[in-house]
Amino acid sequence: MFINAFIQALREIKRNLMRSLLTAMGIVIGIASVIAMVNIGKGASQSITKSISKLGSNTLFITPGQQHGPGSQSAVAIPFKSKDVEVLKESIITLDAISAVESSSMTALYGDQNYQTSVKGIENDYFKIQDFSFKSGRDFTSNELRSGLKTCILGKTVVDKLFVNGENPIGKKLRLQKFSCEVAGVLNPKGANTFGMDQDDVILVPLNMFLRRVSGNENIHLIMVKVKDNIPLEEATVQIQQLIRENRHLKPQDEDNFSVRNMSALVDTISQITSMLTIMLGAVAAISLIVGGIGIMNIMLVSVTERTREIGIRIAVGAMSQDILIQFLIEAVVLSGLGGLVGVIFGISITMIVSYFMHFTLIIDPTITVVSLLFSMLIGIVFGIIPARKASNMNPIDALRYE
Amino acid sequence: MIELSGIYKVYGTAEASSTVLKDISLQIKEGEFIAIMGPSGSGKSTLLNILGTLDVPSSGKYNFETTDVTALSQDQRSLFRRYVLGFIFQGFNLLKKTTALDNVEMPLIYLGVHAKERKERALQALKSVGLEDRADYEPSKLSGGQQQRVAIARAIVTNPKVLIADEPTGNLDTKRSHEIMQILQEFNKNGITIIMVTHESDIAAYASRVLHVRDGIVEREENNVH
Repeated sequence: MFINAFIQALREIKRNLMRSLLTAMGIVIGIASVIAMVNIGKGASQSITKSISKLGSNTLFITPGQQHGPGSQSAVAIPFKSKDVEVLKESIITLDAISAVESSSMTALYGDQNYQTSVKGIENDYFKIQDFSFKSGRDFTSNELRSGLKTCILGKTVVDKLFVNGENPIGKKLRLQKFSCEVAGVLNPKGANTFGMDQDDVILVPLNMFLRRVSGNENIHLIMVKVKDNIPLEEATVQIQQLIRENRHLKPQDEDNFSVRNMSALVDTISQITSMLTIMLGAVAAISLIVGGIGIMNIMLVSVTERTREIGIRIAVGAMSQDILIQFLIEAVVLSGLGGLVGVIFGISITMIVSYFMHFTLIIDPTITVVSLLFSMLIGIVFGIIPARKASNMNPIDALRYE
Repeated sequence: MIELSGIYKVYGTAEASSTVLKDISLQIKEGEFIAIMGPSGSGKSTLLNILGTLDVPSSGKYNFETTDVTALSQDQRSLFRRYVLGFIFQGFNLLKKTTALDNVEMPLIYLGVHAKERKERALQALKSVGLEDRADYEPSKLSGGQQQRVAIARAIVTNPKVLIADEPTGNLDTKRSHEIMQILQEFNKNGITIIMVTHESDIAAYASRVLHVRDGIVEREENNVH
């Protein structure tokens, strides 16, 4: 009976091919988007996590002010001074590298080329923290760092944009808005980070020069530190917190007016955000599945009405109401199930294409694939039951007379 | 084989009711060819539907051999039709866009016959109505007479004991009508009991017994000698 009903259902779908395709399209789109959303979401979150941990899971970010969750900022954000950085350097032996970082967006000029980029004032430890290596030239000399001489180190993107005819940038002079600087080194390219930001799109200058020429004050808004490999992050974090509190003369009952964060906290936040987005997008896609289900119910009701006579004939030759019920139910399930199958194929294709172009890790979650397929059939049952019941409850005499 | 006694059929509510069949009692023996005649509104179709178990009487007894048909549930009546009856309708009532063969196979699906045997039996049935070469034709490609022959094949493919025919020639011209009646008469000679409604006396003439129904009662009956 089931096999025959299945064959019959396929035949019926073929008979009204255009209508069946359009009806199943709702399910196709719904399933495809659920699968694509969930898979892409997972892939994106995994690549983000991966590249963040590559960036340095033993890096701490010290910033003024305190953040309680995204967006809210309490406590007055008092910037750090160079003195704070010096104190950290001298007092904490668990740190491998430490660098204050100040940055600003500026236009760089060389010859008749100009290019807007990010200019960062840093100390030499920054290269170690960020895992930058030199393609040519050198890092800053202590003299340059101390007296803030006008030297700079370029990322590959900046070199490409300013030195268009391939000349060697070392020793050339760039103009950065109000001042000019001499190129001391060029960094090896690192490519885009997970957020799509080009890490080579940068000009690095000595911190002191940045403070003097750009900021016009001594304020520092970010200190990056690299903790020694064998030291737990938590330990270093506590040390830093204590030291800064002492330094800022905070009373025991005062809350920190700065924060020390590490990448794993960032990873948590990001994976929270991405999984939230995944759930939300998946939910929107699921709503489209319900819409698709209503489409199936609608077309099945039309089909039942159109085939009233057929139902009458079948009852006359001896079909029981459950035979009719099963026939129409299976038809709805086959319709939605085929839609689901096509949706899975589309969803996986979309996932592959997006992952390829966005450089995400390709994740095809087997659970969501199977669940989607089953769910699409469930939709067939849920939305097919009303039309099928309508068909199975028909009176044979009326059905046979139906025009 | 069939025994109706005191059959009433009342439509409508208690306040506004119409009695379509009044105290009908009749017996049909195995191998008979019954024609039910009567003007429209006489109740002949209702009587046929009750005999075909598509409709149920308001009161009275319907016994088929040893079975009390009036006591059967809806699904049991479906099973009864499945195993015992075959149906032919005025409008042929074939499934659209379905080949003659598939149409004839359809009742066998409900009998649980396997695909291979189903095809053999359906082809055999089509052969018995002279349409074995039209097996792959859809109804729209067949003439009215051919469609009715497919319908007959579908009715007899399950080897029913009784064939219920509701104006089988109603949509056909005279020549085709007589062709169809000859086929039915042939099946009757081979032992199938036929109960047929018609309003044409030359069609009723093929039957062995004609029941004249008027205003819900069997007014008179006549026996034909062939």
